[in-house]
Amino acid sequence: MPELRLCGRLASGGFAAGPIALLARHARSARSSGDPGSEATALRAAIGVALAALTDLSERVDVSGADILAFQIAMLEDDALAALAFAEISRGVAAERAWQEALNVEIAGYEAAEDEHFRARASDLADIRDRVLGALMGEALEHTPPAGAILLAEDLTPSRFLATDWSRGGGVALTRGSASSHVATLARARGVPMLVGIELDLTAIASDGQALIDGESAMLCLDPTPSTRRLFASRRAAAKLADAQAERYRIGPAVTSDGTPIVVMINVGDPAEIETLDPACCDGIGLVRTEFLFHGKNELPDEEMQYHVYRRLAEWAMGKPVTIRTLDAGADKPIPGLTLEHETNPFLGLRGIRLSLAKPLPFRTQLRAVCRAAAHGAVEIMLPMVSVTQELEEARRYLKEELAALRQSGVPFAEPRLGMMVEVPAAALTIERFDADFFSIGSNDLTQYVLAAARDSDAVSSLNDPAHPAVMGLIARVAAHGVAVGRKVSLCGDAGGDPRLVEALLKAGLRSLSVAPAALARVKQAIAGIDVSGKGR
Amino acid sequence: MNDMTATASVLLTNAIGLHARPSVKLTKLAKTFAAEIEVAPSASGPWVDAKSIVKVMAVKASKGAVLHFRAQGDDADAALAALRELVALGFHEEKTAGESDKGGEDA
Repeated sequence: MPELRLCGRLASGGFAAGPIALLARHARSARSSGDPGSEATALRAAIGVALAALTDLSERVDVSGADILAFQIAMLEDDALAALAFAEISRGVAAERAWQEALNVEIAGYEAAEDEHFRARASDLADIRDRVLGALMGEALEHTPPAGAILLAEDLTPSRFLATDWSRGGGVALTRGSASSHVATLARARGVPMLVGIELDLTAIASDGQALIDGESAMLCLDPTPSTRRLFASRRAAAKLADAQAERYRIGPAVTSDGTPIVVMINVGDPAEIETLDPACCDGIGLVRTEFLFHGKNELPDEEMQYHVYRRLAEWAMGKPVTIRTLDAGADKPIPGLTLEHETNPFLGLRGIRLSLAKPLPFRTQLRAVCRAAAHGAVEIMLPMVSVTQELEEARRYLKEELAALRQSGVPFAEPRLGMMVEVPAAALTIERFDADFFSIGSNDLTQYVLAAARDSDAVSSLNDPAHPAVMGLIARVAAHGVAVGRKVSLCGDAGGDPRLVEALLKAGLRSLSVAPAALARVKQAIAGIDVSGKGR
Repeated sequence: MNDMTATASVLLTNAIGLHARPSVKLTKLAKTFAAEIEVAPSASGPWVDAKSIVKVMAVKASKGAVLHFRAQGDDADAALAALRELVALGFHEEKTAGESDKGGEDA
């Protein structure tokens, strides 16, 4: 077969090379059924077999794997799971059909869930279904792929993942799947590279080929040519070396080679991301994307719930700044019922602070919750998509009103500093007019607006370049203004997390970056190799 | 369970809601009590058996939901106190195995 390269979505990073192992759904042979009594007995026995196999497996895996199996075991032990199946059997339905239909109803319920964490459980249930079916049909439960193989499948169950030998490498490429599934969590914990959402017809794949997974480019390559293999090997070696070297920099302050300290904070898209992160590894949270609060719902959670979430972030940061960006809905982050539908150009439409001011009720709720959380740490408010000073002043008016209301109500609160994102060229060009307490450059949007090249278009991706002098010039302008008036200027776009761009950003005058937690080590390492003392030469 | 002797409600602040692992913990704890215990995502129900993981998961309570419990039986009060504490303490999920910080990369 000629070489085939396919892009997917990254669920777990890393590089893998090995023989292809196709995990196709195997067809089931027919089984003769008996009277309701014997069918019920057969199903009960099959559930017992599946339970025993899962229990056995759970004793052989580590804690993270055992957690997932514990869930499956608990489901199988619960009589409620098979209640519908037994009811059908008593009405004369064959055991395998009754079980399959009962579980499919259960699985459909999970697939319909709004919350992705619940949706992802559908595959755990499908695994249970297939295990019991397998036992019922007398099938051999597992046909184990060889160690070091690249598993190609529609989806992969956690128990199948755990039953696979990963000691000699290998990886997973799925045509469906989800980066937030249990199996993706397992893969990340084990360091097994995994791609999901690959567009590939599995029936057209020869099972005796070889495959490569390149996690850095989220690429699957089938039947690679010798030159692709060599390129892959050098990319893998470089990534391995880079990771090992960067890891030393993760904890500890970021300092340039000439001794200039650089503030490095983290961007948080979901509070779950920081649960296992040591606050010592960063100088605070430079961006909290509050869109996560929606989680598929059409309205923000109430003030109390938001307060608890923000307070937890403040407590985690232990006195370091926590910059909470007010809701940045619209454009590529639509929220049904809140954002406008059918805008011809949503990136230039009612989004960010524009939407908040147009629909101030949820905005005010969010301001109140942030003010209350500010009693527990250095919590700040940041407004997205500010273009003109009136937007900042109007938002400040709402903030003052909510502060006055809180003062009257007697609940603990503190006045948070009010800053703004600089991502609209008009704001960057007139930055002197904005009386914000701090500024944070949103390089993704700034780049797409300055170069008129959409960030979500592959066709113009070469134009969408944050290193373009027009973008860097605006960044330098904002940084210089911050120095002149003594106000903090940071950058929280993807450019800050790209080690190749860090030097240009520091030379533009920035001394503060906010990056994805996974980029901390690499960015601090890049900073350590940069000399900024020659600035202005 | 019409004449519930005791009720309690508690805010679900667990980061990803009442999903698989917390549900396992909740039902296991509930089963250690003799009382009949029910849980619901709102005061008006739907109430489900807190000892059945199939039913507890079907509630699909996301984080930020307020969980309501009611119990009937000799140890109802103790059961509610224990369940309340479990939820209030975030199901003891301070360190989630397997959710390494790499998880943020693609989130």
